[in-house]
Amino acid sequence: MPAPEPVTASAIRRIVLEQSKRANVGHIGSCLSIADIIAALYGGGLDIADPADAERDRFILSKGHAALALYAALHLRGWLSADELNTFCGDGSRLGVHPEHHQPGVDFSTGSLGHGLAMGVGAALAARAQASTRRVVVLLSDAECNEGAVWEAAMFAAQHRLSDLVAIIDLNGQQALGYTRDILDLGRMAERWRAFGWDAQVVDGHDPAALAASLRGAATGQPRVVVAETVFGRGVSFMQGQVRWHYLPMSDAEYAQAMEEVDQPSCVAPSFAS
Amino acid sequence: MRGAIVRILTELAASDPRIVLLTGDLGFMVVEEFAERFPERFWNVGVAEQDMIGIATGMAEAGFIPFTYSIATFAALRPYEFVRNGPVHHRLPVRILAVGGGFEYANAGPTHHGLEDLAVMRALPDLTVLAPADHEQAAAALRATWELPGPVYLRLGKDDRSVVPGLGGRFQLGRAQIVRQGDTHVVIVAVGPIARAAVAAAEILSEQGIDATVAVVASVAPAPVQDLLDLFRDAGTVVTVEAHSIVGGLGSLVSEVVAGHGLGCRVTRCGVRSGPDGVGGGEAFLNARHGLSREGIACAVEEAVMAAPAGPALHSTW
Repeated sequence: MPAPEPVTASAIRRIVLEQSKRANVGHIGSCLSIADIIAALYGGGLDIADPADAERDRFILSKGHAALALYAALHLRGWLSADELNTFCGDGSRLGVHPEHHQPGVDFSTGSLGHGLAMGVGAALAARAQASTRRVVVLLSDAECNEGAVWEAAMFAAQHRLSDLVAIIDLNGQQALGYTRDILDLGRMAERWRAFGWDAQVVDGHDPAALAASLRGAATGQPRVVVAETVFGRGVSFMQGQVRWHYLPMSDAEYAQAMEEVDQPSCVAPSFAS
Repeated sequence: MRGAIVRILTELAASDPRIVLLTGDLGFMVVEEFAERFPERFWNVGVAEQDMIGIATGMAEAGFIPFTYSIATFAALRPYEFVRNGPVHHRLPVRILAVGGGFEYANAGPTHHGLEDLAVMRALPDLTVLAPADHEQAAAALRATWELPGPVYLRLGKDDRSVVPGLGGRFQLGRAQIVRQGDTHVVIVAVGPIARAAVAAAEILSEQGIDATVAVVASVAPAPVQDLLDLFRDAGTVVTVEAHSIVGGLGSLVSEVVAGHGLGCRVTRCGVRSGPDGVGGGEAFLNARHGLSREGIACAVEEAVMAAPAGPALHSTW
């Protein structure tokens, strides 16, 4: 296994671009939008000394299509070798577009939207029943909240005051065929969760300090939802807010431009349009 | 069966703290014993079957053995994908208690009839699928499987009194139980409480000179393939009996075994062949309407015997 490296959003983005290009696959925009969130989690937000430790915090990437960003973090933490990372989407690989629990460091397989929060509720309920202080974080996409099962789980978590459960909504405003506001408007996301009994906090999903603070959970005894305002494709100018980067792989020229831009602090996203 | 199951579950829970019970807001006069004895290990998740399976999955990953309780059709069909991507995909020890297969919730109407659950559950790899024929066999099935490392779907009847003659509470994973040893040329195979009607049909048939062997399949998956091959070795006529669609359940299972091993017997499937048509009634009425009364089954067997092609090993006794 490689030596651990700092888990930064920049490092995650570079790996996302490199591997997406090498494997010639899409879902790039979604991976880029959660890079800062994943960095906040694997850079200290989650208490995971060893992915096989039963007392580790649990993380569920309910928006499984962004698994490449998670693989990047596992690699940077030293739990996934470069050789393994380079099998992404290859024949015989454990690393597909969506995460599989057969890969150490992946707690739950996901990919079908609307499934992760219920499992996270169960994981948090189990921790409480075992008198453990471990925490559970579930990362959902905003459009995933179209799924009714998300709200079933939200009701149970609030009813039972699962305060060690944190849900993060990657509020990038996009879904597979367009903008969320044009399909099923998810405006006032925080208010929706508050109405379901959650402590909701809205943060800039690209601000490491704000993310880190929000992940500490609520002091109210309620489950916490972090509504992370993000930009789809964040860090690559021609991907930002562009639905086609839910699907498309990059050409050589696009890849070159993306790699040049991704580390530039000047590549600041437009403010989130709510 | 459901009463017997919750009693045993409560007993097992006393010695194993991993056992927890979740219900989708069902089980009045059934789950109270467990809930009162272990309030810290019992949750009513509300009318939310998907959530219930998801929660059970998360708990099982952390070392618990969660049992979930609902009516068969809600237990199997509404959260099917959560079952598939949860306990099945992760190979976790979630136990799905599915009450009232077939037409047991007769007057409740078609939304409450469990007619496809075995078909869809049987399609999931490495899911243990059990459908005991009476409460004694259900008890034996639970005792034999509660500690399995993988997931279990347990289809239960509501009847806590009747037993299948000749079964004697026997159960073995991956095995079938012969409940009436008759002629080896005519074999009736039944799943679930409708097995009582199958045995009664065999008694009617014996008065007509057809001495059928009757076997119960409660271990739907793993399927009792070797036992079925042994049962069918000399058979010309095999009749399956299930309070379930003839597609995907026991009839399909038996047909797969027969075809897959190139056996020469003819398989007749007694079960549900048509969808709801607005006509309701009690369980016996609905079973009879779908050919699942003792008379209906006897008639189907008789017709199958008459239609079976004559062969060297067939019909030697009558």
